[in-house]
Amino acid sequence: MKNEKDVLILAIESSCDETAAAVVKNGREVLSNIISSQIALHTLYGGVVPEIASRKHIEKVNQVVEEALKEAEVTMDDITAIAVTYGPGLVGALLVGVSAAKAIAFATGKPLVGVHHIEGHISANYIENKELEPPFACLVVSGGHTHLVVVKDYGEYEILGKTRDDAAGEAFDKVARAIGLGYPGGPKIDKVAKEGNPEAISFPRAKVSDAVYDFSFSGLKSAVLNYLNSCEMKGIEVKQADVAASFQKSVVDVLVEHAMLAVKEYGFTKLAIAGGVASNSALRSAMQEACKKNGVTFYYPSPVLCTDNAAMIGAAGYYDYIKGIRSGYDLNAVPNLKLGER
Amino acid sequence: MKILALDSSGLVASVAVMENDNLIAEYTMNYKKTHSQTLLPMLDEVKKMIELDLSTLDAIAVAAGPGSFTGLRIGSATAKGLGLALNLPIVPVKTVDALAYNLYGTDKLVCPLMDARRNQVYTGIYSFAKQENASDYQLEEILPQCAVELQEIIEKLNTLGKEVIFLGDGVTVYKEKIEELIKVPYSFAPASCNRQRAACVAALGEELFAAGKIQTAAEHEPDYLRLSQAERERLEKQC
Repeated sequence: MKNEKDVLILAIESSCDETAAAVVKNGREVLSNIISSQIALHTLYGGVVPEIASRKHIEKVNQVVEEALKEAEVTMDDITAIAVTYGPGLVGALLVGVSAAKAIAFATGKPLVGVHHIEGHISANYIENKELEPPFACLVVSGGHTHLVVVKDYGEYEILGKTRDDAAGEAFDKVARAIGLGYPGGPKIDKVAKEGNPEAISFPRAKVSDAVYDFSFSGLKSAVLNYLNSCEMKGIEVKQADVAASFQKSVVDVLVEHAMLAVKEYGFTKLAIAGGVASNSALRSAMQEACKKNGVTFYYPSPVLCTDNAAMIGAAGYYDYIKGIRSGYDLNAVPNLKLGER
Repeated sequence: MKILALDSSGLVASVAVMENDNLIAEYTMNYKKTHSQTLLPMLDEVKKMIELDLSTLDAIAVAAGPGSFTGLRIGSATAKGLGLALNLPIVPVKTVDALAYNLYGTDKLVCPLMDARRNQVYTGIYSFAKQENASDYQLEEILPQCAVELQEIIEKLNTLGKEVIFLGDGVTVYKEKIEELIKVPYSFAPASCNRQRAACVAALGEELFAAGKIQTAAEHEPDYLRLSQAERERLEKQC
C-alpha cells in the first residue's frame, strides 16, 4: 500500500455543511474520501444554519477520520502529515476540524498543514487528471465563491476576477427558494431546467463596468424575483422549469464568457472548473463546447470532488507539504481567508 | 492513573495534568486571545515542561458544558482528536460542577454563575457533604447545572435560606443585581479561586473515571444545555 517515499496526507474538512476526511497518496491518489453530509438537516431551515452545522461536525469528526483510515487500509502510523481546511468558511464549523486536526498532529507528532478551502477545490482537478499541471486558468464556482483564477504554480494564484455580490451558487439557492424548489438550489435547478426552455425569459447578463473579469449576480436574482412578482400581479402562471432554465442559462453564459475572455487574453491552453456549481450539467456542457471551439483543454472534477470534500484538501495539502509549509499549534480558523494568503 | 484535563468553556483556557491526586502541572490563561490560539500551545508547553509522555495518559477529562458554544467545541474537538490519536477515553465533566469544586470543603452553599447571554446564567447550587465514615467531602448537587435567569436562581437561594458563596465570570456581569436581590448572607469568592480551573476538571474527572463514567472519543460531544437559536425558533413556531 505504501512505499517509503510515499507521502500520505490525512485531510479534514469542516468549513460548511459537510464533515469530511480523506487519505490521499502523493497528492493525486485518493485512498479514501469520506463525507458526512448534513444537507437533509439544513433543508428544514431552508439553508445552512451555522450553529447546527458546528454541532453536527463535532458529532461526526472522529467517525469520518476513523472511516477514512479504515477504508484506505492504513493506520495513523502510516500517515505523513495532517492537512486541514482553516478558511474561508463558517468560523464555528471550521474550528471543529482545525481543533481536531491540531490535536491529532500534536498527539502523533506529525506535521500540520493548514489548507485554503478554495485551493482545495482547485486541486480537486489534480486527482482525476494526472497530467494536469500549472499553469492553467480555473473558474471556482460554489455557494460561497465565484473566482476566476490563474493557477501560476502549485499554491500560487492570481485572482483575475470575483463576484461583487452574490456567489453563483448563492444565486441558485435564492432563485430555487423563490420558485419553490427549496434547498439545496443548485442540483434542484439543474434537474428542473432540463425540462424548461432556456430562451423563454430574457434575464440580464450582468457586466461589471470597470472590471471585465468580475461577476455580479444580485441583479440577475432581483430580475428573477421581479419577473415572478409581475407574473403574480398579471395573474400569469409561472412555468417553473422555464424560469429555472432561463436563469441557469444566464448564469452559465456569464461564467463561460468570462472564462473564455481570460483564456484568450492570457493565452491559456488549459481551463479547469471547481466548486459545487462545477457539477452543474449545463455549465459543464457549455464550457466544454466553448473550450473545444477555442482549442482549450477542459478539466473538471467528478461531482463527488466538486462538492466539499477532504480528498481535495489532501491534494492541496500535499503540495503545501512538499513546499515545506507547516502550521503551528496556534493555527486558527480564518473565516474570510483570501486566496493566496496565509 | 494519569489524567489530562482541559477547560475552554468560558473566558478562561486551562490545561492540567494530574496523577493519583498529584497535580503535576496546571496552566491557566484569562486573556483575550481565542482558545483556538491558546489551548493547544498551552498543552504543548505543559508537555515540554513536565516531559510528558502522552502514551502514559489514561484518560482525557474535558469541561463538557455548558459554556460558550464555540469554546466548548474547541475543548471537545481537542479532546476528541487527542482521544482518537492516543486511543484514550474521554471523561466529560459538567462545567458548573467543576467551577463549584474550586470551593471544596466549604460548609456554605456554592453558586457558580457563568454569563449565558440572553439574560440568563449557567448556574447550579452545590454543597459539600461527607458520607458516613468517609474522610473526603463529596460535591452534592442541590440544583443541577442549568440555564436560568439570575432572578430565578437568587429566589431559589433565598428559599433555601443558607449562606452562599458566588463565583464565576457571571459575578462580574451581575454583581449589583445579586446584591439587590439576595436576602441570605453571601460572599464572592476571591480571584484565586473564582474561575474555571482544569485542576478541578481533573479532580472530578478522576472520580468519574473511577466510577466508569467515560465515553469513547468518537461518541463524545458537548452538552450545551441549550438548543441553537434556529432550532428554538422553529420549535416556537410549531407550538
